[in-house]
Amino acid sequence: MYETHYHRASSIQDAVKLRQAAGEGKYLSGGMTLIPTMKQRLAAPSDLVDVRQVPEMKGISVSGRTVRIGAATTHFDVASSSELAALCPAISGLASHIGDPHVRHMGTIGGSIANNDPAADYPSAMLALDATIITDRREIAAGDFFTGLFETALEDGELVTAVTFEAPAKAGYQKFANPASRYAMTGVFVVRRDNGDVRVAVTGAGSNGVFRHEGIEAALSAQWSPDALANVTVDPSDLLSDIHADATYRANLVKVMAKRAVAAARAD
Amino acid sequence: MAKITMTVNGRQVSGQCDDRTLLVHFIRENLGLTGTHVGCDTSQCGTCVVHMDGKSVKSCSTLAAQAAGSDITTIEGLAANGELHPVQAAFKANHGLQCGFCTPGMVMTAVDMIRRHGGQLDEATVRAELEGNICRCTGYHNIVKSILAAAAEMGGARVAAE
Amino acid sequence: MGVEGIGARVARKEDKRFLTGKGRYTDDMSVPGMKYAIFVRSPYAHAKIRSIDAAAAKAMPGVIGVLDGKQLLADGIGNLICGWMIHSKDGSPMKMGAWRPLAHETVRYVGDAVAIVVADSVAEAKDAAEAVVVDYEELPVVTDATKALEQGQPQLHPEAPNNLIFDWQIGDPAATDKAIAAAAHVTEITIHNNRLSPNPMEPRATLGIYDGGDDHYTCYTTSQNPHVARLVMSAFYNVAPENKLRVIAPDVGGGFGSKIYIYPEEIVCLWASKRTGVPVKWTSDRTEAFLTDAHGRDHLSKVKMAFDANNRIIGLKVDTVANLGAYMSLFSSAVPTYLYATLLSGQYDIPAIHANVRTVYTNTAPVDAYRGAGRPEATYLLERTMETAARELGVSPAELRRINFIRTFPHQTPVIMNYDAGDYDASLDAAMKAADWNGFAARKAEAAGRGMKRGIGMSCYIEACGIAPSAAVGSLGAGVGLWESAEVRVNAVGTIEVLTGSHSHGQGHETTFAQLVADRFGVPIDSVNIVHGDTDKVQMGMGTYGSRSGAVGMSAVVKALDKVEAKAKKIAAHLMEADESDIVIENGELKVAGTDKTVPWFQMALAAYTAHNLPPGMEPGLKEGAFYDPANFTFPAGCYICEVEVDPETGVTKIIQFVAADDFGNIINPMIVEGQVHGGLAQGIGQALLENVHYDPENGQLLTASYMDYAMPRADDLPSFKVSTSNTPCPNNPLGIKGCGEAGAIGSPPALINAITDAIGNNRLTMPATPQKVWAAAHAAN
Repeated sequence: MYETHYHRASSIQDAVKLRQAAGEGKYLSGGMTLIPTMKQRLAAPSDLVDVRQVPEMKGISVSGRTVRIGAATTHFDVASSSELAALCPAISGLASHIGDPHVRHMGTIGGSIANNDPAADYPSAMLALDATIITDRREIAAGDFFTGLFETALEDGELVTAVTFEAPAKAGYQKFANPASRYAMTGVFVVRRDNGDVRVAVTGAGSNGVFRHEGIEAALSAQWSPDALANVTVDPSDLLSDIHADATYRANLVKVMAKRAVAAARAD
Repeated sequence: MAKITMTVNGRQVSGQCDDRTLLVHFIRENLGLTGTHVGCDTSQCGTCVVHMDGKSVKSCSTLAAQAAGSDITTIEGLAANGELHPVQAAFKANHGLQCGFCTPGMVMTAVDMIRRHGGQLDEATVRAELEGNICRCTGYHNIVKSILAAAAEMGGARVAAE
Repeated sequence: MGVEGIGARVARKEDKRFLTGKGRYTDDMSVPGMKYAIFVRSPYAHAKIRSIDAAAAKAMPGVIGVLDGKQLLADGIGNLICGWMIHSKDGSPMKMGAWRPLAHETVRYVGDAVAIVVADSVAEAKDAAEAVVVDYEELPVVTDATKALEQGQPQLHPEAPNNLIFDWQIGDPAATDKAIAAAAHVTEITIHNNRLSPNPMEPRATLGIYDGGDDHYTCYTTSQNPHVARLVMSAFYNVAPENKLRVIAPDVGGGFGSKIYIYPEEIVCLWASKRTGVPVKWTSDRTEAFLTDAHGRDHLSKVKMAFDANNRIIGLKVDTVANLGAYMSLFSSAVPTYLYATLLSGQYDIPAIHANVRTVYTNTAPVDAYRGAGRPEATYLLERTMETAARELGVSPAELRRINFIRTFPHQTPVIMNYDAGDYDASLDAAMKAADWNGFAARKAEAAGRGMKRGIGMSCYIEACGIAPSAAVGSLGAGVGLWESAEVRVNAVGTIEVLTGSHSHGQGHETTFAQLVADRFGVPIDSVNIVHGDTDKVQMGMGTYGSRSGAVGMSAVVKALDKVEAKAKKIAAHLMEADESDIVIENGELKVAGTDKTVPWFQMALAAYTAHNLPPGMEPGLKEGAFYDPANFTFPAGCYICEVEVDPETGVTKIIQFVAADDFGNIINPMIVEGQVHGGLAQGIGQALLENVHYDPENGQLLTASYMDYAMPRADDLPSFKVSTSNTPCPNNPLGIKGCGEAGAIGSPPALINAITDAIGNNRLTMPATPQKVWAAAHAAN
């Protein structure tokens, strides 16, 4: 790791101020991606502004069916929230399978979505749930937030402080883990609203990061059932190929994970 | 260089280190507690697991500065008064270790796992919970057995005390 | 058997220190003035070094020194060597290209070391290493062994035209060809054995300390054989004479073969310590481990197995190309030859065998012994071929094996080995019973009802271990003898130290070796200490690999114990005025048989050291040494059965059960033996299902250089195992031990692959059987 300067923020305002004062700085939350990246000398922020202990960025609140998750809330806390489990078990389940127990104790939802790793789990949930990403200065719809591989709509120095979404009638997530890294080689999050709207987001498979799959959405809108996907085709041309899985296999996984996500959602 | 203060194994400790110093290196080099190991660069092997404020974390992916002010327990802090912790004793009784290198991380993981699951652990849960810890010697068979034995022992003891 | 004697499930003496964080591994060592090393490594798989400019690096904060290969050469440090001479079938010796500890002219794989930076901290050394400017001229690259043999490919070493190291054969080509020509059926198959990274959890590390006062060097290192390290560093690399070099391998966190070899880093850190005047410590990170630890396997073989009309094997022909990487590592030449082709008879009576092996240089990390070393390659080849043949012949896999089992011993195979004892039916019966083989059809039907494809596969393995008779391996080209040494020191108070040349890096010698003593003298194991891993403390020894610590290392201890016992009896007889032939040793006492006369063990020991009342002419003291050279290899064997369920939608293979029935001969500590089997199975299953070293064939970059891309077996990839043992004692060593360290890794891959190919109905599958490959194969079959 290159030399860096560590600052601990006490509030959102403090964090933004510290970040503005820094040169090539970065916010540090759980650090579960950033610190390994810095260890490999693939990132070299001059300053780190630690937001893990900012009180107003922590915790889960529920009002009616509106869920708000502070950006510094750990995966463990999301996974073990009974309120959340009652409203949207799919996101609890998703959080409970991110990384491993130690990673879940440190890693946060805000860190995950701000990083927008193409194999991360949360971006698919945010996109499928039509979540709103709240920052220190504005609110961004998930559909506008994730813009490419490790790319988001965040401006320089902008800090994700929370996410909110309306709990859907049904949601399900299924991940096919990379055998080595255990990141999503393909993960599919499906959501069905009371009004019949369906959104399906795919992570781990797209060569440009998380994306919605219109064909699957259309099929599931017509019939909310795993069988509805029998005749859907997934085009491999925009999917990733690597030493673990080629695009053809990933295309198959998108369909299979989508089917299983619907089955899981129906079972809840 | 900054001065870092934290509580380690019940004792308040301080040390000078770079802001880039990882918690594991602070523990090993500043404090001389070499039971916590480094086995990979990518936060996957779990040989570096310690408890921070009561929860298992990977000390190789945490800055010492992030841990400033926190309460850290390392493998050296587990046995009390020379008596092995029940998890340590179970690993010995069930041959849950061979070369010993992953063992401190495995034991710290097991303690955290049992804290969260109590006596409710079953084999599938233990195997899933070990996702962040790699062992190359045991094939996990006896590690799983050790953790289940310790959970039964500790869960049983807790029920008995209630 | 006593509670702590031979055969007892004794909990390990060494566990407490590992469980409480008190293990002492090389990276835990710290000495005054110690500094930290980082190696500058080649980012290219093949390149000429035009120049190295370290001026900027030397000026960086905290930097003590930057040293390169020209300085190393000027100081007379020698080339790394391969210590086993193999001759090609035309009689020419193997073509050993120069391997410099620091390359100064050519780099031949990504990770090849070119310079060392020594600094006050690891971070500063890394900062400075980035500032070392190496001007490379890139050269074309070849990573695939078969391709490297073709005309017009990049040439790695001028000594080895077409990258061919040797073209070797064993067996009788004419008789084999004749058998194939006369066969009622010939099974042909191409077998690929994937390349693996050993991955002990403790990365390699070394601490080199030069003491100018005595012109003496100390090397702490992660070694399975510190004496061999000292020998080669002294005799071949000119680091220091043996009497000026102490090598200490303290607690070592796993080896699996990868820590047998002497790597450039040990040599360079010792040399750099003298050059810089400070102790120099280097600890590998995991990516360096993937890049530079010797890899394992990487074979491509064409196989023909000939059967007569009664399904008896009448001939086996094998043509293998083995990738040895960029340089010949210490024992690399022996692995695809004498540790491999000599096992091609398996458990079967095969009258004619011919194997041809070509070994090849490529722009990849050196390849050497990894758990099993040659024997997994032989077993995988044979047992996949047997399964394939059974399917082609319409015979059950068990039946085909039974038809061909060797049942009389000793049995001379056509490929050197002379099997001394075994009962292959017993293992097969035990495994089939434990796996409920006969109930499989019902389980398969049940799984099919859930849309899952169930399969079952077996593997009957044999290995040769307890390596090895020195004269025999010497005649085959080994540069060293493979005996072992022991010294037993009885202290004046009766406590005992056993000094052994074996080295424990997870095997539990501190417990099992003490059990031998407890068994012999009836003393508690807590009064016995095992000393190993330090060339200043322990007499010359050969270390631990090839499942040799029990069969060879313990046999040396037994020989030394024999001598101690004889002298102890003489002393006791003298003290009790009895005949020494009447003395028996039980429960820590020396007794005159049939009387109530006894001398406690400690009193006898004290008498040996006070020397006030010893038999006339006897030397004082009680300390005996022995060197044991085995009479033969040992032949552990067994049968493994794996049952899997394949998800046809995803290609995911789930292991439903894994059964291991092994014959290890006599067993000292069943708990530890089971642990060795578990660990071996996990590595074999890892090879079959998950692990693969993947180089980019275009540029030689290693694409699996971390746990992000190299799939290590995790707890949820594996089931709990069903293990059992049967016993035909080895007739060739005093304890009847065969060895158990490698069996699991040898026997398991074919059982697993046979199960998967059974499940999906397609035999065209290579390791690792990743979900994508299995999915594709399952669909190709449909």
